[in-house]
Amino acid sequence: MTEIFHYTFMQNALIAGILVSFAAGIVGSLIVVNRLVFLTGGIAHSSYGGIGMALYFGLPIFLGASLFSVGAALLIAVLTFRRRHRSDTYIGLIWAVGMAIGVIFTDLTPGYNTDLMSYLFGSILAVSREDLWFMGFLLLLVLLTVHRWYRPILAMSYDAEYAELRGIPTRRFYTLILVLSALTVVVAIKVVGLILVIALMTIPTHIAERCTRTFYAMMIFSGLLASLFTLVGLMLSYAYDLSSGASIILVAAAGLGLFEAGRTLIAGRS
Amino acid sequence: MKLLEVEKVSFSYDRERVLEEVSFSLQEREFLAIIGPNGGGKSTLLKLIMGQYEPQEGQIRVLGKSPRQAREEIGYVPQNTHVNLEFPIRVLDVVMMGNPKRHEGQTLLERLFPIRYNEIEKRCAYSTLEKVGMQDYLDRRIGDLSGGQRQRVMIARALCAHPRLLILDEPTSSIDAEGQEQIYRLLKELSREMGVLVVSHDLSVITRYADKILYLNRRAYLHDLQANPIHLDTPEGKHFCEVEMMQMLGAQNCNCELHRDSKESS
Repeated sequence: MTEIFHYTFMQNALIAGILVSFAAGIVGSLIVVNRLVFLTGGIAHSSYGGIGMALYFGLPIFLGASLFSVGAALLIAVLTFRRRHRSDTYIGLIWAVGMAIGVIFTDLTPGYNTDLMSYLFGSILAVSREDLWFMGFLLLLVLLTVHRWYRPILAMSYDAEYAELRGIPTRRFYTLILVLSALTVVVAIKVVGLILVIALMTIPTHIAERCTRTFYAMMIFSGLLASLFTLVGLMLSYAYDLSSGASIILVAAAGLGLFEAGRTLIAGRS
Repeated sequence: MKLLEVEKVSFSYDRERVLEEVSFSLQEREFLAIIGPNGGGKSTLLKLIMGQYEPQEGQIRVLGKSPRQAREEIGYVPQNTHVNLEFPIRVLDVVMMGNPKRHEGQTLLERLFPIRYNEIEKRCAYSTLEKVGMQDYLDRRIGDLSGGQRQRVMIARALCAHPRLLILDEPTSSIDAEGQEQIYRLLKELSREMGVLVVSHDLSVITRYADKILYLNRRAYLHDLQANPIHLDTPEGKHFCEVEMMQMLGAQNCNCELHRDSKESS
């Protein structure tokens, strides 16, 4: 099993897995406690539009997807602020329209047609050195943002109504969280793909919420758990020649199952 | 200067008028309870006093300032404290949410990375928790507390800003009778230092603790409990004992027979 660390592509894959998982754990905590999971799912899918456009115009994939998904995040933020009770409609709309744009632009791109599946479900073995830099930069951005604005974000996440009364610009912070989640989705494309990313952002968070006493600890713990699931998933995918993204998600799901079973056992005994 | 002055305030949603020429005032160290039926305008009035809405007619002054300018002078305890019980947050963190002077005594590094609290902040949180008797629960998770304990923490959070007006929206709606009594005793104590305004349905408790009662059903009727403890057969009791009021009081301490007699004779 140790030969897995000798190949450069495997080293890159492991580093990418850890960087992305940490970001997904932290940003996942933010979206779970602020009930923005479905919103993030919509942004994730719509970012395929950015991939299609990047292919067509010959831009780097990460750049195209980042610009597009941040745009989608801002659009959703504006629309849902205006009519909150219709937010699910807007999410569904942006979700499907984004993907449709991606498909059309991929159709229009002459010659080699890229494998759609690899963007939707991840292809971690094709991580380049530049990709790693981009992932590292995003993780740094997430860490700095959360540290700098920890208190207003905490206040808003726990009790938005009160935070607003205290003069915290909650809309601005919602938008900030959405932009961070849009970027996290993009870096996670290679690791678990657009569709599976939402599980990597919510499963570790769900466990971490129950094991911690502070929001800060929850974010850290959820980042560590996500990294653990990713590493185990990658090893399994290498050993049995399985898709990496799906392996990671199923390992996470199994982890959640074990956690819940353990909790029920402990609760039953006491 | 009056602590709170509401002058001929009217407010409508679309075409429906919920408040009509509401006027009353609150002095410092006074305890006012607002009662009235659901949909009678209580929540709207609170939102106006806290500057979330602007009155369409009339004006509201808090210490002579507009509600928005006076935000720092108002402490607020929301109705529902059962939100987000799974959220991992300690009592200390909740109380610190109320602290408006976030940067006082912080070094540059603490300001850039405000994860931990410094000694000044901790002392502030401790002293407000002491006031509500929750100082031993500093490190507990908020979801592990009982309803009454959580309500005390929410009051401590409001006190953290050293408000001169404390507003509570049905603070005991989900607390047992004993906890209810304790909360009102605490509020009575606090009203020696600041103005207290509480929206409530617990008439039997209010009549024992509040100084004044404002009955709100689109229009407002003020009753001074200190000058006139509630006896519905007194002249002041007449305007007070409207139909809804009768229904509310009837179950508890209103001798409605007697009242009807006095109304007929007048």
